[in-house]
Amino acid sequence: MFGDYSLTDLSSIFVMQGFAGLILFSVYTLMALGLAIIFGQMGVINMAHGEFMILGAYVTYLCSGFFQTHLPALFPAYFFVAMALAFVASGALGMLVEWALIRHLYKRPLDTLLATWGLSLILQQTYRTVFGAREVGVELPSWLIGSVQVTDSIEIPINGMFVMAITTLITLGVALLMYRSRFGAQVRAVVQNRPMAGAVGIDTEKVDRLTFGLGCGIAGIAGSAFTMVGSTGPTSGQLYIVDTFLIVVFGGAASLLGTIASAFSISQTQSTLEFFLSGSTAKVITLLAVVGILMLRPQGLFTLKVRR
Amino acid sequence: MAEDQGNGLPSALRRRLLMGLAGLPAMALMPRTSFAAAPATAAVNTTGLAVTDTEVTVGVLHSLTGTMAISETGAQQAEKLAISQINDAGGVLGRKIKIVQEDGASDWPTFAEKAKKLLVNDHCAAVMGCWTSASRKAVLPVFEQYNGLLYYPTFYEGLEQSKNVFYTGQEATQQILASLDWIHKEKGAKTFFFIGSDYIWPRTSNKIARKHVENVLKGTVVGEEYFPLGHTQFNSVINKLKLKKPDVIFTDVVGGSNVAFYKQLKAAGIDLSKQLLLTISVTEDEIDGIGGDNIAGAYSCMKYFQSLKNPNNEKFVAAFHKMWGDKTVIGDVTQAAYLGPFLWKMAVEKAGSFDVDKVVAASPGLEFKEAPEGYVRIDPNHHLWSKTRVAKALPNGQFEVVYESPELIKPDPFPKGYQ
Repeated sequence: MFGDYSLTDLSSIFVMQGFAGLILFSVYTLMALGLAIIFGQMGVINMAHGEFMILGAYVTYLCSGFFQTHLPALFPAYFFVAMALAFVASGALGMLVEWALIRHLYKRPLDTLLATWGLSLILQQTYRTVFGAREVGVELPSWLIGSVQVTDSIEIPINGMFVMAITTLITLGVALLMYRSRFGAQVRAVVQNRPMAGAVGIDTEKVDRLTFGLGCGIAGIAGSAFTMVGSTGPTSGQLYIVDTFLIVVFGGAASLLGTIASAFSISQTQSTLEFFLSGSTAKVITLLAVVGILMLRPQGLFTLKVRR
Repeated sequence: MAEDQGNGLPSALRRRLLMGLAGLPAMALMPRTSFAAAPATAAVNTTGLAVTDTEVTVGVLHSLTGTMAISETGAQQAEKLAISQINDAGGVLGRKIKIVQEDGASDWPTFAEKAKKLLVNDHCAAVMGCWTSASRKAVLPVFEQYNGLLYYPTFYEGLEQSKNVFYTGQEATQQILASLDWIHKEKGAKTFFFIGSDYIWPRTSNKIARKHVENVLKGTVVGEEYFPLGHTQFNSVINKLKLKKPDVIFTDVVGGSNVAFYKQLKAAGIDLSKQLLLTISVTEDEIDGIGGDNIAGAYSCMKYFQSLKNPNNEKFVAAFHKMWGDKTVIGDVTQAAYLGPFLWKMAVEKAGSFDVDKVVAASPGLEFKEAPEGYVRIDPNHHLWSKTRVAKALPNGQFEVVYESPELIKPDPFPKGYQ
């Protein structure tokens, strides 16, 4: 199948394809991070994760409108403000939801599935009422558009690299927070043994609320970043939810490293197969592989050693 | 089952027939002018539709909630506009149209259930509705069983013709063939790369396009790719495009994927002012979400664009903006939906009756000269003769028409040699 192409063509395609895989990897990691915290650390199946992402996207949309009309001079930098606000908005909504809904269901994990599914429908309809049923277009600052010309035939999309940078920063931030900070230690303590954590003076309810808020906030940042590559509409969140769960479950529910490894393997498989086969077939084969591996390793790729 | 219903009907039917007969002597006595203004209900409605001396009920069945609300909003807005214009001009056979609206909720069984409600409970004389082929296929048996009348606005894959449905959008050959001819002749395009969402409409449309490219234009299809609905990452296929360098990228990607595809195409440095791209799935509605800058330069083939220059369209756009706000854009399907109520009104008036069988019989050959897209005519196969246009997307989200088929194109839902 390579007979018709010159060697330079081929090598540049391999480079670009490598980047395509890395970009997909960043997108998947960013999608899954928030859920990895909520599902992995707290065991809550949050079906409304996509809607928290879209809240971030709508915040970005509002920001872009606001900056264009009121602060046109600062428009090139608005994206950073938008991401911060998206984190705050989604995080705040997440904490509210935890307080009103989730905390009553910690002992009934399967019920959280139904409750958050209902929540996702409520949020979708709310977006539809507020922003209209149609998708909205988010204006991007011009420096985020286009691609960098590395050689004659190698072009790397700027927004892809931007997503990669954001993902790296946030992943590092989350890793530090979970494994090097006092808050992270508290979260892990609550996950491992709630009564004991309470007994040593940790306010478990507060930790739960902050953890859920953090997961939702990261979803908001992801949604904000995805306005560059995807659509922003009331139901756009649904586009991400299946892939997100796939990555978290495949990675092993309670492991941050597992989530990253799983995002990497799924994205590379997907993007390589997509190149050599067609889109739908690639998806089918990826899913089959995931199912096959999960049958052999039901706990996912990386598992914590648990006492049985 | 059919027997049971057969037994249930006659008494109601007989009562109506008797009412009709009882009305006959009175009609003869009536002054001629009042008869012309509003013929007696019993005479124009012999099948128990919801028609009174002053009103006739018409159903509107679209998704107001769920995924498809994005697309179907425009269609139901246009239908309401058409109905209010008809009412302002005196209604149909002297009767004002009363709308019963139902929400299909983007869910096909719900569409079927609501269609049954509109026909069986509300006795709608006609229903304007549906958007996706899936929803149409779901309601089709209902309309056929209860002998209802559906005006369906979306351009679609063809391969269907029902006595109970009128298709006011284009079927695939009408939409595709003329535009492929144009891009081949005007731009010298020889190689094509097809990219579509993975369901019946893109697959059927691409099949027709492939046959035409290979057999008629003697070109080659260098790639044909499908992505699951909702797919959001297109970087790999974009690399493939860079490698294969086709003359034309031919796309029928829909929904959220559509937005992602054009954003990533732009980000990957594919310049649509140099690379030809022909799409059959982007109207003004979609550009709202994609962003005009991301798709500027692409060519879209449709039968209608908001920017069409003709007096009918200028009136239509002004009226639409007055009713639904200045910022609303009008896409192909919105315009096709606008035709439905008018085509129905003309058929009813020609038949002199609301009875579905008579309306259907009166429809073929009907001409609608005030259509925003220009003159259209109903073919005996229940589709419309219409022109096809190719237009270039502009950064402001509108289109500039660059080609218009010289003649009306005959609808051909079952194209020979293309299956």
